[in-house]
Amino acid sequence: MTQVQTIAHLTDAANVTGAFLGGGTLLMRDVNYAAHTIPTLIRITDPMMREVRTEGDRLWIGAGMTMASVVAHRDLEALKSAALAIGGPAVRNMATIGGNLFAPHPYGDFTVALLALDAKVHFANGRESDLETFLRGRDQNRELVTAVSIQRISGADFRFKKVTRTKPKGVSVLSIAAHLEAPGGRVTTARIAFGAMGPTPLRAKATETALRGASLDEGGITPALNAVLTDLEPADDPLASAWYRRTVAPIHLKRLLLERR
Amino acid sequence: MTTVEFRKDLFANERQDDLNEIGKPKIRQDIEGHVTGRTAYFDDHLFEGLLHMRCVRSPHHHARIRSLNAAEAERMPGVVRVIYPRDVPNNLNTLLSLINFGRDDEPLLSHQKVAYRGEAVLAIIAETEAQARAAVDAVRVEWDELPHVLDVEDALKPGAPVVNEEYPNNCFDYEPYDHVKLRFGDVHAAFQQADHVVEATYEMSPIEHAPVETCGAIAAPETNGRYVCHTATQALFFSLGTTAKFLDMPSSRLHFIGGTVGGGFGGKVDSLTEPLAVLGAMLSGKPVKFMWDREEEMQVGAPRGAERWVIKDGVMADGRIIARSLTGYFDAGAYTRLSSYAGTKCTGHLPGPYTIPNVASNVFCVYTNRTPATAMRGFGITGVDFAIECHMDRVAEKVGMDPISLRILNSYRDGDMKAHRRSAKNCALVECCQVAAGKANWTLSAEDQAATSLTGTNANRQEIPETALDEDGRVGERKAGRVATTEPSLGTRRLPAGTHGRSHAAVAPQRPDMQILAERVGHRMDSEPQPMPEQSAAQVSAPRPPAPPRAAPPSPPPAAPPLQTQNTQPAPMAPVQSTPVPTYPPAAPPTSETEPAPKPFQKGVRRPGVSRFLSGSRRR
Amino acid sequence: MAKKPVSFILNGTETGIFVEEGGNLLEALRRGAGDLSPKYGCGQGGCGACTVLIDGEPHLSCLTLAETVEGRRVETARGISNGAELHPLQETFMEGFAAQCGYCSPGMLVAAKALLDKNPRPSRNEVIDAISGNLCRCTGYEPIVDAILQAAARLQGRVA
Repeated sequence: MTQVQTIAHLTDAANVTGAFLGGGTLLMRDVNYAAHTIPTLIRITDPMMREVRTEGDRLWIGAGMTMASVVAHRDLEALKSAALAIGGPAVRNMATIGGNLFAPHPYGDFTVALLALDAKVHFANGRESDLETFLRGRDQNRELVTAVSIQRISGADFRFKKVTRTKPKGVSVLSIAAHLEAPGGRVTTARIAFGAMGPTPLRAKATETALRGASLDEGGITPALNAVLTDLEPADDPLASAWYRRTVAPIHLKRLLLERR
Repeated sequence: MTTVEFRKDLFANERQDDLNEIGKPKIRQDIEGHVTGRTAYFDDHLFEGLLHMRCVRSPHHHARIRSLNAAEAERMPGVVRVIYPRDVPNNLNTLLSLINFGRDDEPLLSHQKVAYRGEAVLAIIAETEAQARAAVDAVRVEWDELPHVLDVEDALKPGAPVVNEEYPNNCFDYEPYDHVKLRFGDVHAAFQQADHVVEATYEMSPIEHAPVETCGAIAAPETNGRYVCHTATQALFFSLGTTAKFLDMPSSRLHFIGGTVGGGFGGKVDSLTEPLAVLGAMLSGKPVKFMWDREEEMQVGAPRGAERWVIKDGVMADGRIIARSLTGYFDAGAYTRLSSYAGTKCTGHLPGPYTIPNVASNVFCVYTNRTPATAMRGFGITGVDFAIECHMDRVAEKVGMDPISLRILNSYRDGDMKAHRRSAKNCALVECCQVAAGKANWTLSAEDQAATSLTGTNANRQEIPETALDEDGRVGERKAGRVATTEPSLGTRRLPAGTHGRSHAAVAPQRPDMQILAERVGHRMDSEPQPMPEQSAAQVSAPRPPAPPRAAPPSPPPAAPPLQTQNTQPAPMAPVQSTPVPTYPPAAPPTSETEPAPKPFQKGVRRPGVSRFLSGSRRR
Repeated sequence: MAKKPVSFILNGTETGIFVEEGGNLLEALRRGAGDLSPKYGCGQGGCGACTVLIDGEPHLSCLTLAETVEGRRVETARGISNGAELHPLQETFMEGFAAQCGYCSPGMLVAAKALLDKNPRPSRNEVIDAISGNLCRCTGYEPIVDAILQAAARLQGRVA
């Protein structure tokens, strides 16, 4: 069964049984391989799912925005590199921000970027949650995400890197997003998130602590690089072993932090 | 654009340079269909009321089926037919039975136990693919998990779980041994004389072909009891014969259509989808499609098998390799398929393209609880070449030599004796090394630059040495714990120097029209001997010193001058009749120890369990 | 099982078919509309063999719910040529040996066409990105990238 619904209707409905279809890049795989396990597909067609608007100092991005539309939107310049890291052009035309929040390991690289940007997740019933809390209970969550919001930032403060085995595109060995404010080369604010380094994208809090007050040079970031392994809980998968991921994580973080801006 | 460079300066006088097509751009005859989307692959044939087939597959590496209940699945919406193992008329096969090699060891649908993850135990036909998938999920199977073995060397240990009941020793029977033997000279004696002995182990993982089009077939009833089958197979008549055998029906009732394959690379010869699709069409009376999804292609689709190689070289300080011992393990997975052939083929390739006076190899085809392996681009050769070339670098490092120089020094030269007791001819490794070095801006010594494959052989390099033979590893001994090692061991008897191999005689064609006439296939046979290498050697080497480049004798006797007449004569193979009588029991001639006597090919199929209806095979 | 009517423009022609609920666009095009040019390779968005253009943008038809193309414009490899006249991409693919088994070609071609429609003078890296979601197991990609660049030049009238 497929249903077309509005957000308003879902807010009223006491119980929604079914799976929300975003771009289909994850859910349609399950439909193709095991349709009998998904009784109902629910499509939300409200235009507000694809809106980008400013509220105070926060930028609201509709959960139905595709990666391609993020790339094309002039207010979302900071997120462009993360959106471009998702799949080829066809996947980017389909995959949505909302779907990416639910993407299981090793997918979900865009969510890594949102995590570093301290995003909030907004639900159809008006409830909101910070992204980190949301990710902890994600797999049990049955609510419809209508939007995410992030602090308006300058693109200069945001760095993103996705590491893959195949070029130009592949699935993540790992991804790293860093929101750094470092006026005069000394870090005042640091939020670091990793993808493919645990069951969900995760914050590297020990690394962040070690970075605060540090200078952005080889010597300055060494304590942060040493701290990073305590933050990560990678698993073996066909793309890379946990050992490999741990071994290369500090190296890629170093390259990202020392990237010439 | 990608270009091909032709080095016509090399061996220029060995061929007539009158090629009209090679080296010139050509538009593929099928490409217009490809770019317009009109090329018809097997799945591009529309049938009214097409049914879809899916399989119930093992989630375990190794398990016995305690019970299987498909009652609920049979009642599910859209389900047309459940196919049980008992529905397969002749549920045991081995692919190479079509050329009478090996014993039947693999069911189409397994009914007692499964020996690899993904092995099929049941097939379900439904009106839609989604219904077939739902029904597959509704089948209840109780599995008794068995201990499994995933490593080739573990599988050869006496206490290892038996993977394949037909081969209880966990390796293919290359009668009378459980491996293929190659013996030339005495490696153990040579290791004693060597300045260095370099040993290392190399491993290659299985490689999935991952064609973009997955394996599949559509079968439909035609008239007069015939069935049409559109298939993605790379080997149409192989798949046809295999289907005829599984279904115990005359091949004349099967109308197989193939030809356009969406990528194969060797992975579409195993013929697993065609028999089930045709059986489905027979049992349902309707068109049935059986196409693997991507997960099946990756899990069930046979890969290039894993290999492990232990190579031990005896090398002199100047870089001459005087002994090479190789122990190879081909991981066949749970069933034989084509891996038995890989072991034989690979032995024919050892010790690589190098003249080494003492060579011994043991090559095993081992069963493990992994996905059965199959053909892939040069299988049997590619893996061991990787190992050998890695090892050459290691040897070069050990003796402190340039790795390309080491290769040029040890390369086959025209006229050298190979470990298979045949003369090397048309050798070109020296020239390949020189060109590759040039392309890589790698500096070679003047001596290496001057080397050529045409010269450099000598009496020592043409010699067949006295050879140490052993009887280790007769079938069954290993499992009984009576064989200590898998590596070539010390010999127990000697084969005199100079003993040539014997040619296998091919039987006469069944009918006169099966005789391949060279003229008919456009091959020109020259009656006049070709006067080439002598002159070319003289021309090419004119400005250089006349002595063979560094072709120092590998063993004690002094170097003989190059035999100038060697290249104009046929390879120094003694005819069968004049072979010197060896002084060892008559059972095992040296180069074909796995075959007691040079039996001619057997034509047709006359064995129990083999379809009576298969036609004879031509001598190829 | 209930079927839904869907009408859309397929390669310029108004098309109406019935689709399975939950059925994907790939099967709808192949079995419903009889356009067999998009291919099944994985059913999970990994290979790009099923790529089609929806309103000019590349999409994976195996991951597109068929009913969502209602009223939209769908283009496949069948629609690239202008009648008997081949598109420059088709010509350069043929001349440059940019296909061997041909199974990835329909997806490759529409992905390339989407690029050239928007960006007539792409750089080599832009071409590589445009086909980064399309796997080819035979050619090694270089002839494909070359062919797309040549087609771009031909469309620009830079090379005859």
